Amino acid sequence: MHRACGVVLCVFWISVFGSAAKAELPVEKAILTVPPEVPPPITRTRPAKVVVEIEVVEKVGKLADGVDYTFWTYGGSVPGKFIRVRAGDTVEFYLANHPNNKLPHNIDLHAVTGPGGGAASTFTAPGHKSKFTFKALNPGLYIYHCATAPVGMHIANGMYGLIYVQPEKPLPKVDKEFYIVQGDFYTKGKFGVKGHQPFSMERAIDENPSYVVFNGSALSLTGDNAIKAKVGESVRLFVGNGGPNLVSSFHVIGEIFDKVYYEGGTNFQEHVQTTIVPAGGSAIVEFKLDTNGTYILVDHSIFRTFNKGSLGMLKVDGEQNKAVYSGKEVDEIYLGDESVAKNLKGKPDTTAQEKPGKKLDGKTLYARNCAMCHQESGLGLEGVFPPLVKSDYMYKLANKKDRTELISIPLKGLQGKITVNGKEYNGIMTAVSNLTDEDLATLLTWVTNTWGNSAPAFTTEEIKKARTTIGNGPGAGGH
Amino acid sequence: MPRFLVYLVILTFGHTFQVFSSSPAEIPAGSFTPLFGLDKNQKAFRVDAFLIDRTPVTNSEFNQFIKTHKDWRRSQKTSLVADQNYLKHWRADGPSIKQLHLPVTNVSWFAANDYCTWKGGRLPSTLEWEYVAAADSKKADASKDPEFTSKLLKWYEKPSGDENPRPVGANGENFYGVKDLHQLIWEWTYDFNATFVTADNRQDGDKMKNFFCGSGAINANSREDYAAFMRYAFRSSLGASFTVNNLGFRCAYDKKN
Repeated sequence: MHRACGVVLCVFWISVFGSAAKAELPVEKAILTVPPEVPPPITRTRPAKVVVEIEVVEKVGKLADGVDYTFWTYGGSVPGKFIRVRAGDTVEFYLANHPNNKLPHNIDLHAVTGPGGGAASTFTAPGHKSKFTFKALNPGLYIYHCATAPVGMHIANGMYGLIYVQPEKPLPKVDKEFYIVQGDFYTKGKFGVKGHQPFSMERAIDENPSYVVFNGSALSLTGDNAIKAKVGESVRLFVGNGGPNLVSSFHVIGEIFDKVYYEGGTNFQEHVQTTIVPAGGSAIVEFKLDTNGTYILVDHSIFRTFNKGSLGMLKVDGEQNKAVYSGKEVDEIYLGDESVAKNLKGKPDTTAQEKPGKKLDGKTLYARNCAMCHQESGLGLEGVFPPLVKSDYMYKLANKKDRTELISIPLKGLQGKITVNGKEYNGIMTAVSNLTDEDLATLLTWVTNTWGNSAPAFTTEEIKKARTTIGNGPGAGGH
Repeated sequence: MPRFLVYLVILTFGHTFQVFSSSPAEIPAGSFTPLFGLDKNQKAFRVDAFLIDRTPVTNSEFNQFIKTHKDWRRSQKTSLVADQNYLKHWRADGPSIKQLHLPVTNVSWFAANDYCTWKGGRLPSTLEWEYVAAADSKKADASKDPEFTSKLLKWYEKPSGDENPRPVGANGENFYGVKDLHQLIWEWTYDFNATFVTADNRQDGDKMKNFFCGSGAINANSREDYAAFMRYAFRSSLGASFTVNNLGFRCAYDKKN
């Protein structure tokens, strides 16, 4: 009938029967995914009625290695299930509150036009289920979250996620899409204190999180959980920030975002290093992978990364592209500009921290070169950066007759699986090769004789000899 | 006192074994500032003296009620007065031996209300309940004591599925000699849905304006309020026919003279 009709007749057909057709939208069940997965792009070209069902689950999970926390979740994960619909779709939303839960919950989807974003319509007691319907009018990437009193606490416990309203004309196809949401957590114990940690309302009100993490855990995107792609592939990250308090300065170390759909909206900026993701907001970032290696996802408010857990990894397999990135090519001694030193002569030097050539002690060398990762305390970051305190791994290497292997670690870096004090680490340490033989000897002697470690002292000669054996090639981190 | 005698008589004839269970606690009159409900310029409510059960109603006690009130049997109830999860933890029309001394849950407000009427009492008002529940073991009002309130918060944030059910009366008694107001179950109150916590917390500012007008009852800086806030939020998510896994009740009684 349609095929047979002429243009005029077709217009007539639509105007007469258009409203009836509207009521008979095709119905489909939304594909919901657990982070870091994203549901496949929607290929439909017509609106549909999409049924979304999410269950609220209160459950204990890992906030970091050895640290348990009672999360309140949409569907069992933090962030909750990723919802993908198409602009113009009608969404029939069901929120179920598991009977074992203690609290009422609801959902405010920022993609909803209407008071409360669905909050009042979905307010649900434990053991009950609510339904409401909305039309996805605006395309974009939106946060959803719980809005039940006390709102801050519900969000702080992990009640947020992303809903992507795909534009009618979808974004260009990419090879990989991932789902990443940052959140700040407030525990009674400080970062790293083991055992079950209760929520601290005091810390939350002070906006002083003990953890800032991606996808609900310091472990969610590290080691074996790293997201993976290949050289030559294009990647799109759907990035959200659940908050409740902090704004994220989202950055991927070693990548430049080719495009950022800032604030999750329609327009994009190109060639961006770091993008702001507001609490209760989002961004879509895209980049192409030009060379291999591990790329680190961080909140560039950088203490959060090194001391509170906001670190994720993107592991890229494939050929190294030397034209794009060479790895380390030269490492030579640099003595500073003698003429500058001469100019300074005669003037009282009040600003300089130290004079050129000053011999630094092991502690200072450690603080400058190692503490960012292994921490001032030497305890590292469990699961991410191995500890140096009473490290069995280091002890073994430092007490061997030939210590070239240990010396090569700061000289060349280290990559791959190692076991330290019974814990497995699979990361990348970059080379610390800007040190003189003398400094390196001092540093290694200090590290292997502090925090209960013990080993014979390292001499300048020993380092020099090892350096000859190892060569001055590129560090492992740069290949 | 005569009222109390009536209560005893009911107990004696109704269920002999319960004569030995402790009598309700006497709660003296006083004034109390709840989280919600004050009028403009009002600092506190006066609470009249009343009596309240020392422990929540158990499965065993509720079963006694059902024996004489057949229309409240699990198989008999209608969906108007209790949803489909009513007494779902019971096997058939009675509790298992293990459940006898656990607090009864999965009961609707209508069921709880009928039970208390049968007992010669009523459900406590939210104000009365909060008044008694503000006490810790030493003082009548511990609602501003961070140690007390952080203990409550800890219970609220943990799902019930992770807890082993405990019999009533295992917790220590509070200042008034009442037990288990916290950390065991949620409890029905007579006017559970009369407060103005909307489903969307952020709109409360509007609604509360008339109610508080800067009375400072909601002070985001004092985390003790959050414990009470969660109880009010929970109550306002309920309908009178709702039943919830961890929601039970206890009865209150007017004090004559």
